[in-house]
Amino acid sequence: MSDWGINVIFQGQNFLRLLEGLGVSMRIAVVSVLISSVCGIFLGLLMTSRYVAVRSLCRSYLEAVRIVPLLVWLFVFYFELTKVLHLQLPAEFVADIVFSIWGTAEMGDLVRGAVTSLPAHQRESGLAVGLTRWQVYRYVILPQAVRRLLPSAINLVTRMIKTTSLVVLIGVVEVLKIGQQIIEVSILKVPTASFWVYAIIFFLYFIICWPISLWAKHLEKRWQ
Amino acid sequence: MKETEKILLEVHKLKKNYGNKEILHGIDFSVHRGEVVVLLGPSGCGKSTFLRCLNGLEEIQSGSILLDGSIISDGKAEWYAIRQKIGMVFQSYDLFPHMTVIENILLGPLKAQKRKKNEVEKQAAELLERVGLLDRKDDYPAQLSGGQKQRVAIVRALCMNPEIMLFDEVTASLDPEMVREVLDVMKELAQQGMTMLIVTHEMNFARSVADRIVFIDEGCIVEESEPEQFFTAPQTERAQRFLDIFSYEN
Amino acid sequence: MDQSFIAASIPLYIKAAGLTLNLAFWGVLLSLFVGAVCAVIGYFRIPVLCRIMQVYIELSRNTPLLIQLFFLYYGFAKIGIKFEAYTCAIGGLAFLGGSYMAEALRAGIESVGKIQIESGLSIGLTRWQLMRYIVLPQALAVAVPAIAANVIFLLKETSVVSAIALADLMFVAKDLIGMYYRTSEALLLLVGAYLILLLPLSLFFRYLERRLRNVGLGN
Ligand SMILES: Nc1ncnc2c1ncn2[C@@H]1O[C@H](COP(=O)(O)OP(=O)(O)OP(=O)(O)O)[C@@H](O)[C@H]1O
Ligand SMILES: [Mg+2]
Repeated sequence: MSDWGINVIFQGQNFLRLLEGLGVSMRIAVVSVLISSVCGIFLGLLMTSRYVAVRSLCRSYLEAVRIVPLLVWLFVFYFELTKVLHLQLPAEFVADIVFSIWGTAEMGDLVRGAVTSLPAHQRESGLAVGLTRWQVYRYVILPQAVRRLLPSAINLVTRMIKTTSLVVLIGVVEVLKIGQQIIEVSILKVPTASFWVYAIIFFLYFIICWPISLWAKHLEKRWQ
Repeated sequence: MKETEKILLEVHKLKKNYGNKEILHGIDFSVHRGEVVVLLGPSGCGKSTFLRCLNGLEEIQSGSILLDGSIISDGKAEWYAIRQKIGMVFQSYDLFPHMTVIENILLGPLKAQKRKKNEVEKQAAELLERVGLLDRKDDYPAQLSGGQKQRVAIVRALCMNPEIMLFDEVTASLDPEMVREVLDVMKELAQQGMTMLIVTHEMNFARSVADRIVFIDEGCIVEESEPEQFFTAPQTERAQRFLDIFSYEN
Repeated sequence: MDQSFIAASIPLYIKAAGLTLNLAFWGVLLSLFVGAVCAVIGYFRIPVLCRIMQVYIELSRNTPLLIQLFFLYYGFAKIGIKFEAYTCAIGGLAFLGGSYMAEALRAGIESVGKIQIESGLSIGLTRWQLMRYIVLPQALAVAVPAIAANVIFLLKETSVVSAIALADLMFVAKDLIGMYYRTSEALLLLVGAYLILLLPLSLFFRYLERRLRNVGLGN
């Protein structure tokens, strides 16, 4: 029975090590999601500014981040930051930076979308019943904007989690890398190791992202 | 005269539910060829539901519908073939927005009936001419007013050479000044002998165009009579109450 | 910056851009096909296939392309199912993109109002004619922005295929960095190459979207 390929996963510390590797990606995801949420809200509000210059500056930032693949930005930052700063940054730290920059841009766009999609008469009818500007914001605009924002923001989170898988390509030792190490060690004894290891990584990602997607879908249904 | 005596559409004990709620409670009804019947009744009484059952847009729970003597509601007949004989115009503008006026009109005759293009085009042009919209035939629906759209919708249904036309409050979402142009088209149709089943809230129009008024309340036919009698001396208290509402408005 | 190095490397990038475009083209085409099949299955609510489709969509949307590719390329090879890297890449892109295209088309189809369908039925169209003449043309017009976004998305996602040893743009850049350690030049060319591919495309899509909105099919 011991030559069953799937046993590779449960030999020794293998499964634990895979989870640890996943933890590395998830840490990057969590840090960058947190930073992006805060900065993204500011960026989004700036994008609705009255000043054209502010708006177009934010817009350029967003477009610049989006126009080439994220993997390219990972490489550019990983190699060029080192050069510019004259010190070797750990790949994980570079990943934090790049994902935060990207997440902020995407989140900002979502926030802008949520705020500007509210019809003007909402604000006006708030003012018409005698609320102050701040009260209008607090009781009329904000609750509606949040409802529009939250489902797509949650979807962005799953997108960021999925995209963290790329960090292996700049040398971060995360789940995929550890998977490769496990395969290398056991390839002679268990020829099918790579099938099982990649299958388990596939499902690990699925098990993390799926509930989050379902949650987003649930909110979307409830609020629209 | 013989021809007009013939029953074109017959409904027996038609029942219709939405979920557990029965909306139509066993309707018995018939229309003769060439007859114009106006259905009246308070909002929510089931007029639209009734019309939609007649051309298979709603499934019925029991009873039967006969067109020209043959059963069409038993699930054996293909609705898409039957619908070619039953024209319907809805309250909301229902033209296909991605097609020009003429494309809207030609779609059914060409694709569903597989008729010859030049023959249908000729008929379409004649019909458009009659409703005064021939010069708009290459416009998109978005370029037309509500009244114009409804006239095109009528032409679209007519071009299929239907045996009967169903109208469901076709003027209800029009601006008042456009109601007239649509009603005129319908009146002309009636005078030419088209068999018509009309749901409307335009009482004066109903009175002048109808051969018969059918009053529906809460999913039952409560009263059927000639227009003069219905409007001057309704037989039931419910019809009287219904008319009172309108006389107050006028 | 070493200009002669840049000049010498340009042909490599042009060749690699060809592969990137080739992968994106077939990936997009197959994604659209998969998406259309899913949309039709969903529209007609075909019993068993509907279930399978839901499972596929959830798997595709909740796993990263990189892992899908590794699984497909390295994993399956070891249980006797071998694909070329090129086939894997296109298959992976179609697996990923199919669910995104399905979503775009579904939203488009749902945007076609009930009254449109009923008036199509009332002039005697069959279900298929209804789909062909009424639902699809309107659904596609609505879905164009989402489809365009997916095309850009898939083109960018192709950058991942270098991980299964396909010589796309990313691969060439990595290669040059590894061999000569000319990082700035290699990366500059990389960014430039993607800009040349993506900028015109996204400008074109933006123009297309505006055109569609302005034609304003009414309602
Ligand atoms: N799709 C549906 N599901 C459930 N109930 C429905 C549905 N459509 C209509 N009803 C109900 O059926 C009843 C009859 O509706 P119908 O639209 O036929 O009325 P109507 O006589 O045409 O009214 P109106 O003059 O307002 O158009 C109403 O009580 C309505 O609430
Ligand atoms: Mg009605």
